Amino acid sequence: MSTPTSSPPAPADDDTTAAERPAQDLRQQVYDSPKEKFIEYVLGACALLSVLTTLGIAAVLVIESIPFFQTVALTEFFGDTQWTPQFSEKHFGIWALLAGTLLVTVISAVVALPVGLASAIFISEYASKWVRKVLKPSLELLAGVPTVVYGYFALTFVTPLLQAIVPGLGVYNALSAGIVVGIMIIPMVASLSEDALQAVPDSLSQAAYALGATKYETVVRVNVPAAFSGIMASFILAVSRAIGETMIVTLAAGATPKATLDPTESIQTMTAFIVQVSKGDTPQGTIVYQSIFAVGLVLFLITLALNIFANRITLHYQEEY
Amino acid sequence: MFGEDVVRTYALATTRSNARTVTPRISMEPSANGSFQTHRSRRKRIGILLAGVLFLATIFGVVVLVTLLVDVVASGMPWLDGRFLDSFPSRNPGEAGIKSALFGSLWLMGLTALISVPLGVASAVYLEEYAKDGWFLRLIQINIANLAGVPSVVYGILGLALFVRFAALGQSLLAGALTLSLLILPIIIISTQEALRSIPSGIRENAYALGATRWQVIWSHVLPMAAPGIFTGVILALSRAIGETAPLILIGALTFVPFLPRGALDQFTALPIQIFNWTARPQSEFEGLAAAAIVVLMILLFTMNLTAILLRNYFEERRAGS
Repeated sequence: MSTPTSSPPAPADDDTTAAERPAQDLRQQVYDSPKEKFIEYVLGACALLSVLTTLGIAAVLVIESIPFFQTVALTEFFGDTQWTPQFSEKHFGIWALLAGTLLVTVISAVVALPVGLASAIFISEYASKWVRKVLKPSLELLAGVPTVVYGYFALTFVTPLLQAIVPGLGVYNALSAGIVVGIMIIPMVASLSEDALQAVPDSLSQAAYALGATKYETVVRVNVPAAFSGIMASFILAVSRAIGETMIVTLAAGATPKATLDPTESIQTMTAFIVQVSKGDTPQGTIVYQSIFAVGLVLFLITLALNIFANRITLHYQEEY
Repeated sequence: MFGEDVVRTYALATTRSNARTVTPRISMEPSANGSFQTHRSRRKRIGILLAGVLFLATIFGVVVLVTLLVDVVASGMPWLDGRFLDSFPSRNPGEAGIKSALFGSLWLMGLTALISVPLGVASAVYLEEYAKDGWFLRLIQINIANLAGVPSVVYGILGLALFVRFAALGQSLLAGALTLSLLILPIIIISTQEALRSIPSGIRENAYALGATRWQVIWSHVLPMAAPGIFTGVILALSRAIGETAPLILIGALTFVPFLPRGALDQFTALPIQIFNWTARPQSEFEGLAAAAIVVLMILLFTMNLTAILLRNYFEERRAGS
């Protein structure tokens, strides 16, 4: 704030506020002008839209599930192990769909977690600069492949390949879908784990080398344990992604909900059921139509819990360094 | 023994708060003649083995990508010709094409960009340049991170209830574009925030010192400088939108559409929908058609991704150079 110094003598009434007024006026007219405030509120409203989206999702799922749960008791929903909404004798036991989802998710995790972590370690600790320049974009491209294309790949390439190895494997099976879902989430595990490994301070591995550790000992016993929480977060996010994956399982895993843990069988996941109902001509207001909202609610809650969990871990590890 | 304490202290330091005691696996027992054996050659061999395994695992992703592309191109090429691009879907494989799907996808992408880019950039500008640290900002940030992890099929359910039925938009392009916009909004917001964060605060302070208002600083200094980063994020987000299938099926786009959309309220089909439809059919001719449509979709996607990557590299180099 400028103070009047050796200015020529001015009329007294002007002089009293000369030190205060210009700054205040500037603030009011320019910084807090109606136009500036208006812009701030408009931008703020846009930011609020994301909160409204979450509320909208929650509201739609809860409100639309109410009629379903008025017909189907919660005890049946969580107690029955059969899911047969299209049959005359209807059963609504979510376990049949949950088991299918679990089966595909476990298979995909078995494929993606080790391979993704290994890729992350290789890219972060071993690859030379130009190898990294080739590998990272190709993993990004792999991540950019639409899921329906993976579904085509599972059905027309992986399943026939597996049928040659596993005798008696049907066209639709959890194994093929699970493997391809795993391939789909490899880039996610790799990229998030690599970020975690990069965040480990160099001084830790330097210290290990100074003690005479080899590269492998440094990586396995220093870098990876130090990045452990970040790697865990990447695993959880990838599993959550696998649970929500839709097109691969719709195309390759079949449409027969059953509470089995046999990977060679045809099953149905929660997501695939939602697609199956909405692609048909199921009339609004029927119990089958209402059931997709209930299944959607279960799906949303599971993935939300996993995402919140992963974000908590990530926050924790960001504070660490 | 030599180094034992150092190793232990250091191991404790690396495992941080959870005080696991790590005993060094490196054997340092004196051998028969009394000298220390560090087994360096054995340890080096294990190291080389591990490096090999890691390399193979990394290459696995690349091999799958190449296999997928070769498989798709091999089965799709015989079907891919001018007639295929210029025909409407048909029950007869020999006459089927992707004209309406291709136009539908382009329409969808254009509308989605028109809706999501202004909203996403505005949200990011508010969060980075206006919002004060506090519970409100934290809430929105956590919320956006969680939205990015919501399965796309759930967005489809939201679109079905909100746009198709509540807003009575029906199975129109607009309903599809609005649904996809909500889906990619978190991606645009997060990448725009990163782009804004990378602009040095000196730029803003210089402009403020010259008497610019907050909006002038943002509009004529921060946004133009962040534009390449924002564009990259937007392109990647749109390439996600163009490949999405499940939300479109949910809002009811899986229908026979043998015409071109003329406005935002028309019914439509899109490339991923057409691919799904053909893949799900048992006849092998449709498998070839699906592969051909995948080739077209992938060319579209690779062009977009390549543009984004080149844009990023170009501006990163220019910034490093200046």
